[in-house]
Amino acid sequence: MNFERTKEKLNILADAAKYDVSCASSGSDRKNKSGGLGNATKMGICHSYTEDGRCVSLLKILLTNHCIFDCAYCVTRKSNDVKRAAFKIQEVVDLTINFYRRNYIEGLFLSSGIFKSPDHTMERLVSVAKRLREEENFNGYIHLKSIPGCSDELMYEAGLYADRLSVNIEVPTVSGLKLLAPDKKHEDFTRPMHKVKSEILRYKSECKIIKSTPKYAPAGQSTQMIIGATGETDKDIMYSATYYYKKYQMRRVYYSGYVPVAEDSRLPSVGSQVPMLRENRLYQTDWLLRFYGFAVNEIVNDKHPNLDMDIDPKLSWALRNMHHFPVDVNKAAKHMLARVPGLGILSVSKILNARKFRKLNWDHLKKIGVALNRAKFFMVCDSYDWERRDLDPDRIKGMILQTSSSKYRKQYSNQLSLFN
Amino acid sequence: MMKNSKTFIYDGSFNGFLTAVFIAFEEKANVTDIQKNDQGQNGLFSETETIFTNVEKAKRVWNGIRNKSYNAITNVYFAFLSETEGIEYMLYSYIQKLMAAKGYKQVDFSDETVLYISQLARKVGREKHRMEAFVHFQLTKDDIYFANIEPDFDVLPLISKHFRNRYADQQWLIYDVKRKYGIFYDLERVEIVSLNLSEVHFNRTQKSSVFSDGEYDYQELWSNYFKSTHIKSRINRKLHTQHIPKRYWKYLSEKKEAV
Repeated sequence: MNFERTKEKLNILADAAKYDVSCASSGSDRKNKSGGLGNATKMGICHSYTEDGRCVSLLKILLTNHCIFDCAYCVTRKSNDVKRAAFKIQEVVDLTINFYRRNYIEGLFLSSGIFKSPDHTMERLVSVAKRLREEENFNGYIHLKSIPGCSDELMYEAGLYADRLSVNIEVPTVSGLKLLAPDKKHEDFTRPMHKVKSEILRYKSECKIIKSTPKYAPAGQSTQMIIGATGETDKDIMYSATYYYKKYQMRRVYYSGYVPVAEDSRLPSVGSQVPMLRENRLYQTDWLLRFYGFAVNEIVNDKHPNLDMDIDPKLSWALRNMHHFPVDVNKAAKHMLARVPGLGILSVSKILNARKFRKLNWDHLKKIGVALNRAKFFMVCDSYDWERRDLDPDRIKGMILQTSSSKYRKQYSNQLSLFN
Repeated sequence: MMKNSKTFIYDGSFNGFLTAVFIAFEEKANVTDIQKNDQGQNGLFSETETIFTNVEKAKRVWNGIRNKSYNAITNVYFAFLSETEGIEYMLYSYIQKLMAAKGYKQVDFSDETVLYISQLARKVGREKHRMEAFVHFQLTKDDIYFANIEPDFDVLPLISKHFRNRYADQQWLIYDVKRKYGIFYDLERVEIVSLNLSEVHFNRTQKSSVFSDGEYDYQELWSNYFKSTHIKSRINRKLHTQHIPKRYWKYLSEKKEAV
């Protein structure tokens, strides 16, 4: 291998791949076959963290940044004046294996700009995965990007080698897509998703009968949306995410605050702030929907199309629904405990365990790790000392904000002063 | 009549500790402390009894706890490896409580000992997970993938299985600098080794002749890759060091320049 040349390519093609926020290596439990190399761990492992605090778990690169499309939000679009490069298949294989053997990574995340045609590109991605699995006996994690518009046959083959497949819809609304990526059709994105979903279902039903059915994308599929590029509301984003979770059984939907990469009249200008706080609130909402039993229209709806920036979405829901509170920690059902601001899933399960032994008071709750500064307004426990005043929601919000110090405080106080 | 209080002295091994627990239960002894034999801090008014490690007895305690709760045996083992001072007696009373509970599978997180042990076990579990992530091998000229580590807790016994399963086709050696022993996989089994290391192999910027020719090229490729994953407009150093505390940096090739 020519190290200087490889280094140059790696710099270009890793740089172009970093805007894909997903770096998850979880969800697959592929075993190491016949004394070969590697396996996948169910919970995933982050081998390092970037200076912006994101996990580095996979070698995340593009096969090439040559692209025939001209999507406005993308750094590798045709009209952008950047250095172009392309890896040979064997180069990607060598890099992956050598990084993996040193325990730098969990595996490979391979994406690509689209050269010649979607099928031609997808075929190359599949052959990298195939070579890793069949020639190198590599059983680590492989995440392949499905190229929008590629054929069902290739999607089938991809799933045989990859643990996870993903196609990024990028723009949450169909109208936004027309504006920013005129070359791509909505169906180009949904067709691979649909194929993957039905293959996973087929695999699940077949392996009940024939145990040796070859694995198909054991870690499922995911997708990503760019936030803050086209003026969509949080409601648009979350409804869209819910749709993809339900319709295509996505394991994850990622929200990526738009990082301006080029001047374009359709987009926020270069240098405008990345909406990181908004991104954070969207992830919190995502968690509420997936793990806390909330329905999407409870959090965002026509009356409240956008999430509050200064408080988290669960607190915000609770303040709008004071008639559910206070709940009794020693009696309330699990799903209701999960809705109390300041109680996480872990605390809830500890409470359910502990309250079988004795009635819990504030002291117990504090030691268990409940965020009492928020929770105390919404619950009663085995103590006479609880909030008796009939406080209105705004008052509670004010009292909570006074006792908490969010790392984002500067951001939202700036935003507030804009409207004052 | 109240039995005389006793201090048990054991050899420091986990099996030794479990044997002590067995004997305490068997003799219904009034145990006031369980100490490692190199500690030698006897209570003023208690007699001492030396425990001889017995694998059979240890196994019975292990199975007894595990049958009660799988979670509990993990907690006991993990918390033991934390090497916290006085952990033995704490674990002993944890096991007493566990065994006294009738049929309950639930865990009483409102009990201080139970909460403390489970929190301690969590800390050790986190260190185990970190070591599975932050061990970075360097390839030596003898074809051994080598790594030095310096974990907060004694996690080598916990990570051995992970590395054996994953790197089944390469020889590797992970050496704990702090506790002066390592685990070595020779393509067949994992063995405990102690070495006379003339130097500790941090991921240094200056090169060492023990490593293979391509080693530093790959380290450079990796550092380069690491740099190009940063998004400048999102930099958040606080979060970065929260995820990779600085004490681990010297063993990570991508952070060697920052040390």
